[in-house]
Amino acid sequence: MTEPAVKPLAPEEPAPPPGRTFAARLLEELTGGPVLVTVLAVFTALVVGAVLIVFSDENVLSTWGYFFAAPGDALSASWHAITDAYGALFSGALGSSSALSETIVAASPLILAGLGVALGFRAGLFNIGAEGQVIVGGLAAGFAGFSLQGLPVVVHLPLAILAGLAAGAAWGFIPGILKARTGAHEVITTIMLNYVAANLALYLLSTAVFRRPGRTDPISKQVEVAARLPHLAGQSLRLHAGILVALLSAAAVAWLLGRSTWGFELRVAGANPNAAQTAGISVGRATVLAMVLSGGLAGLAGTNQVLGLQYSLAPGFSGGIGFDAITLALLGRANPFGVVAAGLLFGALRAGGLQMQAVTGTPIDIVTVIQSLIVIFVAAPALVRAMYRIRVARGGAGTPVSKGWGS
Amino acid sequence: MGLSATGLLARGRPVSALRRRVTGVLYLALAAVIVGPFGAGVPAGSEARFVLEQAPAVGVSDAVVPVRPAAFILGAICAYLGVQQLVRGFDRRSGLVLGVVLTLFMLAFLAWATADQSMNLTGLIGSSLLRSVPLTLGALSGVLCERSGVINVAIEGQFLVAAFAGALVGSVTGTLWLGLIAGVLAGGLLGALLAVLAIRYQVDQIVVGVVLNLFALGLTGFLTDRVLIPHQQTLNTPNVFAPIQIPLLSKIPVVGPVLFNQNIFVYLMFVLLAVVHVALFRTRWGLRVRAVGEHPRAADTVGIRVLAVRYRNVILGGMMAGLGGAYFTLGSVGSFSKNMTSGRGFIALAAMIFGHWSPLGAFAAALLFGFADALQSILAVLSVPIPSQFLLMAPYIATILAVAGLVGRVRPPAADGQPYTKQ
Repeated sequence: MTEPAVKPLAPEEPAPPPGRTFAARLLEELTGGPVLVTVLAVFTALVVGAVLIVFSDENVLSTWGYFFAAPGDALSASWHAITDAYGALFSGALGSSSALSETIVAASPLILAGLGVALGFRAGLFNIGAEGQVIVGGLAAGFAGFSLQGLPVVVHLPLAILAGLAAGAAWGFIPGILKARTGAHEVITTIMLNYVAANLALYLLSTAVFRRPGRTDPISKQVEVAARLPHLAGQSLRLHAGILVALLSAAAVAWLLGRSTWGFELRVAGANPNAAQTAGISVGRATVLAMVLSGGLAGLAGTNQVLGLQYSLAPGFSGGIGFDAITLALLGRANPFGVVAAGLLFGALRAGGLQMQAVTGTPIDIVTVIQSLIVIFVAAPALVRAMYRIRVARGGAGTPVSKGWGS
Repeated sequence: MGLSATGLLARGRPVSALRRRVTGVLYLALAAVIVGPFGAGVPAGSEARFVLEQAPAVGVSDAVVPVRPAAFILGAICAYLGVQQLVRGFDRRSGLVLGVVLTLFMLAFLAWATADQSMNLTGLIGSSLLRSVPLTLGALSGVLCERSGVINVAIEGQFLVAAFAGALVGSVTGTLWLGLIAGVLAGGLLGALLAVLAIRYQVDQIVVGVVLNLFALGLTGFLTDRVLIPHQQTLNTPNVFAPIQIPLLSKIPVVGPVLFNQNIFVYLMFVLLAVVHVALFRTRWGLRVRAVGEHPRAADTVGIRVLAVRYRNVILGGMMAGLGGAYFTLGSVGSFSKNMTSGRGFIALAAMIFGHWSPLGAFAAALLFGFADALQSILAVLSVPIPSQFLLMAPYIATILAVAGLVGRVRPPAADGQPYTKQ
């Protein structure tokens, strides 16, 4: 009855007991700990993906039709279908400098939005509204990017980034203040705000303020060059400074959560609101603060897309980043560095998936399937352990546990 | 429960009095809008023409409404209700009053939008009802799950897999009924997955729901590109259930064509609505379900098998949403396309919350949301200076206001979302 609405996940890393070496801990992690579960989760998801690839391929299916006559045909055709698809995925993610650039470009907004969701988790809040915050952040950054003209880069770019950050934060403030003042559950309000934001974007793109002159379709004006995130590796690669923003944000969130008073209050409020209240921490303020920061980070993700990659706004410019961010924060166990790692993994899947789609015709949606399966397996470690007959070494990995709508 | 018990709600602030005042002020504001822009804002003497005639019923003349006087009358009623709300509140009937006020507002809005033009009212009502069908079925799914204590955020995913399975099986077999059954089973399957993960593995239910939605989106998207699109003609043309005209009843003016000349989904929805309502509130089964959702420990003590009840309800709920999903391909569009439900599952969720976790309330909310959806498609024709996007936002904003307690009071089942472990 007195549990928090969302239990914090990933309790602090237990300090290594004295006398145990790093290697010993690593071994323990690898044999039954969260790391093993995560690796197995990724592996199992890839296997399921492979099964889908095989059994949706007509040519391969036809060889299965005469399996008993020539089993070798079916097996080799299946093997080729899988290796072709996953080979293309791998080379599209890591195989060349342009592939690496694409992976990082795809990862940066995911990391930013994932950090936002993770920060919410740590404060006991389930921010499903990252998608809406991404949209609003992108809208504001785009607006600042094309409406202001003639400013130097050092002024315009920070201003546009700040606009995106502020808009996302404002969009996060709404569920925060509603939760603090009325107890309205953030899951419901943020889901609803996602759709409000999507419709708001459609509306704005239909107005003269946003719409590009001479176009009838909903596409905005181009962001000024001065407001664009600079390329990092020459004009031929799309790699832009967004990844720096993402990494800086990760460091900032890690510092905030681990070292600052605010972060401490957030975590206590998330772990045990009663104790927080007793200790004189304002749970309401912590809630609002966490949602504002969470929304701001998601807003940065939208900013990143608009100022770094697309340079203009069109319907669906957010591309589901906010939803991927939820799975990503879960996979990264709401730890800033875990989020960066998970973001790079998802970025690689995304970039490689595009290559796979182009080369082998395997639809990129398979990546969404794989991502969702990874998270299902990570969230249900017992399931993975049962599949691979792993005995539980010690307490399971912490995944977020919410407690209903929490009224 | 939860935070309300620990202090956020119960920190001594008289929420109910505040809510009463806020609601009252809201009603008065709506009254002001009705009288002002909708009434005084139109030229005196302008009239709104509502076409009521639609096949198969015939012989109804158009209703012509003088806009200004109508707005003044509607506004006066609304203002009266607002004052009553401010002075003494409506207690148990506040939900009903809210419905009345919203209806008054909608009527005034319609009259204003149609001023000096004509609108097919019967068509609008029929279209609202049709658009509310999947919302109602999805909301019923939510009601079944959450009344037993399992949160179902995966309605959207259940819609998608069911719509896909319905289109595929309906096309391959050439039998619409088999497609419908396939859709129901597909929804049930996703429901079973939700149940196993939430009940057996005790994964956080909102996490499971969110992830299952992504899974369904990815899976159906993948299979659409890979299987349906190359064979559009053979695998993705299931046809649509034809309307079934009920003799005599369908000839009733206005109501007849709307209620009694629809396809099987509409009739099934009404039957299921009645069945779930009666079963939930008038049978022993329903009492047990609600006991499990409110206080599983107590239910367990008296011998109710908590987990079995939850499994059954979540799977049943999935099937219900499956029927709603099949509506998209077999009852409405006639083929599957990627992400064709486009967030309807979340509106269904909103309808369930807005309808206070009750079947009839959810239906009323679904009708309202369906109406908003139908209206935005008509307003473009009437050249009303309100962007359609704002009407599309309306259901979501209404739900936010509802959960914030500004309009009425919503309270989920007490054990909603909590895994149960037998002691």
